[in-house]
Formats: sequence, C-alpha cells, structure tokens
Amino acid sequence: MSDKPPVISIRNVTKRFGNMVAVDNVSIDILEGEFFVLLGPSGCGKTTLLRMVAGFELPTEGQILIGGQDMAGVPPNQRPINMVFQSYAVFPHMSVADNVAYGLKIAGVERSELRTRVDEALELVSLGGLGTRMPDQLSGGQRQRVALARGLVMRPKVLLLDEPLSALDAKLRAQMQFELAELQDNVGITFVTVTHDQDEALSMACRIAVMNKGDVAQLAVPSDLYEYPANRFVADFIGSVNIFEGRLSIDEPEQAVVDCPELGRVYLNHGVTGAHETTVWVAIRPEKITMLPAGQAKAKDSPEGSNVAHGQIKGMSYLGDITLYDIRLDSGRSIRVSRPNLSRWDQEEFQWDDKVSLCWHPSSPVVLLS
Amino acid sequence: MQDWKQHKATFGAISLGPVLWLAIFFIAPLAIVWAYSFGRNAGLTEIDISGTFSNYARALEPLYLEIFGKSVAVAAITTFICLIVGFPIALGITFASPRARPWMLLAIMLPFWTNLLIRTYALITVLRTEGYVNKSLGWLWESASGLKALVGLAPLSAWEPLPLLYNNFAVIFGLVYVHLPFMVLPLYAALDRLDKSLIEASLDLGAGHFRTITQIVAPLAAPGIISGIIITFVPALGAYLTPDLMGGPDSQMIANVIERQFKRANDWPFGAALSFLLMYATFILIALQALRNRKAETRA
Amino acid sequence: MRLFQRAPIAPLDYTRRLWMRAWMAGTLFFLYAPLLVLIAFSFNDSKRNIVWRGFTLKYYGKVLENDALMAALGNSLTIAFLATLFSILLGTLAAVMLWRFEFPGKAGVEGTMSLPIVVPEICMGVAMLVFFAKLDWPTDLPWPLNLSAITIAHITFCFPFVAMVVRARLASFNKEQEEAAKDLGASEWQAFRHVLLPHMKPGIVAGALLAFTLSLDDFVITFFTSGPNTITFPVKVYSMVRFSVTPEVNAASALLIFLTILLTSVALKLQDFTKATA
Repeated sequence: MSDKPPVISIRNVTKRFGNMVAVDNVSIDILEGEFFVLLGPSGCGKTTLLRMVAGFELPTEGQILIGGQDMAGVPPNQRPINMVFQSYAVFPHMSVADNVAYGLKIAGVERSELRTRVDEALELVSLGGLGTRMPDQLSGGQRQRVALARGLVMRPKVLLLDEPLSALDAKLRAQMQFELAELQDNVGITFVTVTHDQDEALSMACRIAVMNKGDVAQLAVPSDLYEYPANRFVADFIGSVNIFEGRLSIDEPEQAVVDCPELGRVYLNHGVTGAHETTVWVAIRPEKITMLPAGQAKAKDSPEGSNVAHGQIKGMSYLGDITLYDIRLDSGRSIRVSRPNLSRWDQEEFQWDDKVSLCWHPSSPVVLLS
Repeated sequence: MQDWKQHKATFGAISLGPVLWLAIFFIAPLAIVWAYSFGRNAGLTEIDISGTFSNYARALEPLYLEIFGKSVAVAAITTFICLIVGFPIALGITFASPRARPWMLLAIMLPFWTNLLIRTYALITVLRTEGYVNKSLGWLWESASGLKALVGLAPLSAWEPLPLLYNNFAVIFGLVYVHLPFMVLPLYAALDRLDKSLIEASLDLGAGHFRTITQIVAPLAAPGIISGIIITFVPALGAYLTPDLMGGPDSQMIANVIERQFKRANDWPFGAALSFLLMYATFILIALQALRNRKAETRA
Repeated sequence: MRLFQRAPIAPLDYTRRLWMRAWMAGTLFFLYAPLLVLIAFSFNDSKRNIVWRGFTLKYYGKVLENDALMAALGNSLTIAFLATLFSILLGTLAAVMLWRFEFPGKAGVEGTMSLPIVVPEICMGVAMLVFFAKLDWPTDLPWPLNLSAITIAHITFCFPFVAMVVRARLASFNKEQEEAAKDLGASEWQAFRHVLLPHMKPGIVAGALLAFTLSLDDFVITFFTSGPNTITFPVKVYSMVRFSVTPEVNAASALLIFLTILLTSVALKLQDFTKATA
C-alpha cells in the first residue's frame, strides 16, 4: 500500500464557520486507485471536507495537496478532480449528451474526439443511446448515471461523490453499490465518497474514515471498523453493540479481566495495553452472544463458559433472517442478543419472560479506552 | 377543492361580495370606457355611442403612433437598464449570508414602499440645475480645471450645468429609479430557487464564472428574467407621473396624452380609445407570459 | 459587512467580491442619496434649498400649520384606513373562494381578479372618472362621505392584492388540520374560525399593510376621482411640487417618509421579519 504516493493529502485541515468548528485539524492521505469513504452522521464535517477538496470551501487552516500540488488559491475549475453532487446537479436545460460534453467543450476537446469520449462515458454507465434525452425524461437512477458519466469523461485524478446514493430507493441503492464499486475497479480512478449510510460504506470502500464532530474517529478497512472499533463512537455507529462500563482489574499479555458492575466479570483472551485500574468500556456485538435456557450454561472450563450472565427475555423482534432479543440482566440493565433463524422453528425456542443464560467467547468483547 | 354545488350556501356567502364588487366597481367602469371609445362628443357632456371606429383611426395617426412608439422605446430602455443594474444585485443578495439577506432585500424594497411622488420629487431636487448632481459635477470640473492650471496647461472653459431635468434622459432616469425593485425581486426569486450545486457543477467541470453565468445561470433563471422584464415594462409603459413631472415638452408618454384628453382637451371618446389601446398592449404582454408559464408547467 | 475581509473568498461568495460590493454600494447610493438629501434639506434654514445654512424645524411647523395640507393628510389616512378594512374583508373572501371551490367560470373570475393589479393606473383612473361621472355620484356630501368615490376606487385596486397574498398563504395550509377539527366535532364555521383563520392571519396582516401603503401612496387613480373638496396628501403634494421646490414640500415629504418607515418597521416586527424572509 505504501509504495504508491497519496493522490490526495489532507494536512491538518481546520474549517471554521464563525465560531462553529466544522472540521477540526484533520489529516488524511488518500491513495491512488482506492475507493475511499468518509462516513459519519450528519453535521460531522464530512461534506465540508469533501467540498474543501473540490475547492468550494476554503480551509481556515491547513493544506490540501492533490497529486503532490498544493491547492491553495486554485479555483475549482482548475483542479484535476470532478464531483458528483448529492442532487446530481444535471443541467436541466441540456440534453444528456450535452451535459456529459460540457466539461470537454470548455477544455477545448476536438469535436470528433469529444463525440467518441461522450459515447464511451455513456456506454460505461449503461446509458448508451440515451444521449438525446432531456434530464426531465430520466429516472432518478439514470440522472445519477449522467452525473457520473459527466465527471468520469473528464478523466480526473479523483472523482468526488457527495452522498451519491441517498436519493435512490432501497432496492436501487443496493444495486448501485455494487455497480459503483465495479465501475471504480474498471476505470481505476480514485473515488472519494461521502455517506452517512454504514451499509453503503462497508460494501463499497477500500478504506473508511469515520468522522465525528469534525474529527476522524477511526480510519481503517471495513472489517477492522466492525471487529476492532477504536472507540465507543465507532463501535456504536457501525452496526449494533452492547457497551458496558467497567474497570480493568487484570491486564496481562495473554489475558485480561474487566469488572463491569452491570454485567459481571468479563474475561478476555488478550491483553489490553496501558489501562490498568482505569475506567474502560467493554463492547460486545449482539450476534457474538450465545443464548441458552437458564441453567444450561456451557461448562465452566470451556472458553465460552468463562463468560456467563443471567437474565430474562423482555422483548423479541422477529426479523426473518434473525430474531432480536432484549434481555433484562439481573443487574437491571438491558442487553441485546441476536440469533440467526437457521431452521424454521428456531424462533419458537424462546418465549417472553423466559429466564436465560448468556455466554460469549473471551475473544469476542472489545475493550475501548475512550 | 370542493364543488360549489355541494356547498351552495357557503359558496354564495363567500363569493357574493368580491364578485359583485368586481363587477360593479371594476368591470362596469371599464365597460363604460370601452363603450365610449366607440362614441363621439355630442355637446358638452353628452357622448353619443355610435359605434364609430374614428377614435381608433385617429389614434393611428402619425402623431399618436409616434408617441406610442416613443413610450415603448422609453419603457424598453428603462427595462434594459433595470436588468443590467438589477441582475448583479439579485445575484449578490442570493449569495449573501442568511443573516444579511433579509436586510439587503429590505434595502432594495424600502424605497419601493416610499411614496412614488416623493421619490420623484427627491430626484427633481438633486437633478435640477442648482441640484446636487450638477453642483458636484461643477466642483469636479473646477477642480480639474484648477489642476490643469497648476501644471501649466490651459484651464478648462467655464462650467455649464448639464440639463439633467425636463428631457428624455430625466424620464428614463426617473423610471429606472422607480422601477428597479420590480426587476430585482423576481430575479432574486428565480436565482434563489436555482440549485446552487448546478453552479458548482459547472465550475467543477472547468467553466469560469462568466461562462457559468451565461450558459447555466441565465438560461435556468430565464423564467424569472422574463417575468422581471414584464413586471418592469408594463408599469413603465403606462407611467404617468414621471414623464409628467420630469419630462420636457417632447417627452410625453401615452399616459400623459390620455390624461390630457380627459382633464384638458375634454375628448373622452378619444381618450377612451387610447386607454384601451394601452390596455390591450398590456394584456398581450401578460397573456404571453402566462402562456409561457403554462407551457413550462405542463412540461415539468 | 466589512469591506475588506481577510479570509479568502470561496468560489460562490459572489457577495464578498469587491466588484459586487462596489456595484451594490453604487446602487444603494443611487436609491437612497436623493431621499437623504431631501430629508436633510427639510431641516435647512434657507429658502433656496441649495446651501446649508443651519438647522431649523420651522418648515415642519409651517407644514403642521398648513391647514390644507393637514386636511389632505387626514383625508389620506381616513381613505387608507377604510380601504384597508374593506380590502381585508373582500380579499380574504375572494382568496377562500378561489382556494376552496371549483365552479364554472373560475378561470375567468381568477383572471378578472388579477386585472386591477396589472391594468395601467392611468386606465383605471380614467375608468373611475368616467364611472362616477356617469352615475352622477354626489360630490357635495359631508365629510367623510365625500371621500366615498376615492375610497371605492382604492378598495377596487387594493383588495385583489390582499386576495393574492392571502391565497399564497392558504397554499401552505394542510387540509387535514381542518378535517381533524371536524373529526373532533367542530362545525364548518368553527373549523374556519379555529383552524383556517389563524393560519391565514399572517397573510391577512401582510395584505392589510400592503393595502394601506398602496392606498396611501396612490396618486394617479386618486387624481382622477378627487374633486376640489377631496384632496388627498399625494394630490396636494403634487400641486405643490408642480409650482416649485421648497423646504416646506421637503418637510411634508420627510414626514411621509418617516410614516412609511414606521409602518414598515411595524410590519416587519409583526411578521418576525428575519425569519420570514431568510
């Protein structure tokens, strides 16, 4: 990964609007050819960051380099990048082909070359033959493809996409996630996408930067974000999770123990560095907890038997592929457990108010320091 | 939407007042004027509605055609200047910070709320021979003359006040002064509705600001530009007060001629015909605009 | 709004560009300088109104002592008040009628309703002159009945504006609110009073202020309907302006400008201005 130079280098960038800090001292390197996603809740600064890369907002402090060149003072129309806008921003008074050709015409591309490049771009996004249509004759998905083609035809170093799938319905969005990833793979152009949808981010990205309140909370590949979240914000934002506060009472290289008042002792088969006798948080994903009828807990000496908690089922929601259980622990706290419905009668095994025992493997909990 | 037949009593109670008022105090007066336009003076106060077209024929004489043409030209020049001045203003308001925007709109609107007569009078006071414009220009002239003398050149000739009032220039100046808000508001409304990311997309694809404005902003704001043009042109065409107070003997517009028929020449039938010609011109413009809007609506 | 800001100007910050600021400043100067000069010279202690000779309020005193001018102002305010009252009533009814009902000839009624807004003032003035002459409308009635012709003319061109504003407001009404009221037992009239009317209120207030200003401002139409005993303020000022530029006219004009600013401020206050236009 490190043999390629970063195509975009964001260095200590801060953006303030009046007293409001939208982006707070962010540094990110985006590598050539990768599908990079900025993920975060609304208002976290991800769109502001993208718009600074595009040149529509100017950083209050810090530097943005594209292809090694400082972009300070370079207006958007001279940056080697293009953007797909959230509203698509397809010019409503121009045909599809004219929309795609707009940038090429300004760049002074010759007529014959222009036509072949426009056709190629439309072909690429499966809009071949629709060049003469007007935007108001297209569906939302097609309009988005026009916006994509309009950016790609410029052969930019980087294509920026601002919430590209947010305006599409759920089915179309799932399909476009695959198509976008495949398209990016085919053209080899670096994509930088902003989204608030974690499924979208996890399914498309090479790497994801999770942003919170103007800061990068974690930058990692998708599976690491889920399995090794760096803090409570990321653990909670990506997927569903149970978080318990506790104190680290034993911390050795090969094992550790966290005492959680609301959950009991939690055994881990790995060490936690540098947090002895401080407050920590234990995060356990619902699907990593095994639920058994009360009294049937696994043998104490099995790995999963070391972690046991008891409670009563206080809520169930059947979702088809899985069933979610809301369990009131003896401490009074609720914990969420999910069970896959592997056979057709699995969901009948447990009923409301059943007493249950919960077990989990010592490798499952993640200890978070912040 | 309810069908009136199902709520006859309510519908009657609601609609009677406005409809009757409009019929009696608007349609009836216009109908009388319309009828008079086909009549002729018979005696001092009697008007004989004979169905003659002679009033309209007279309106087509070169003298009146020229005044019509002149009115159209003055209104067109006024509208054009308002567009040139108003477009950057509307653009500036659109892209102002949300906090500044209402104040800027207010700044444009406040003169519009001020009495037309007073605004015209204010212009007269600054434009007249002893007014401030002439005095400032005179001062500049003297200074320039003095400077030239200082460096050893021949001083300029003595300052002659410019005739800024009681001519066509004054009429157009006054009409622009009065009608500028009419142009700015529809332009602003159109620009404000414009999706800002369209402008950004154009810049992103390599276009400069000027190109973006001519190729993206102007075509997309066209409905607003056209309604701004019509909203400015129509009242400018029928303007009475400005040419009356600021114009010279040769800058009379159609409204002044109409007024003269009713208040001085006492030729009501001819005045009525002129009124209706002015109204027809107005209606045609507004109908064109409405047609355009309807077309745009059915397309959307 | 500092003229020179240090922060760099983003691409769409057109308002912060220097040429734009110069253009706007120039336009505002063009719009306001004549009015400011007019107001300033209403305080000038000089008959000729060209050179500043010191501060005085004597022309305001003269205006207040000028019975004809004060009577004209009284007429104007009376007419504006009456015209506003009737315009609210007729305009609101018209707005509800057009918004709520489907009836034959609706497009025609709608078009006719918008005519007083677009017909050139001179044509409307002429029509009113002819109409009242034809009816032999009495001109020697006692005050304020002698203002009836002018008031009727003003109502005719004001109430379509009120209808337009109120109707625009009605467009944002959620009909389910009215249905909810009826579902909870309200009668047709109660639903109107408790749900629809409160929703229309901002529109009615805006329409009322518009009507008041239009009526107070109108010169042309009044010019054709007023007689020697029914002079309004603009008509009086017109006759004064025709003669000469005097400090007294300045003072009278300045008074009306202050009145306008006062009315506008009240209007903005009532409508929570910064929110409404933002």
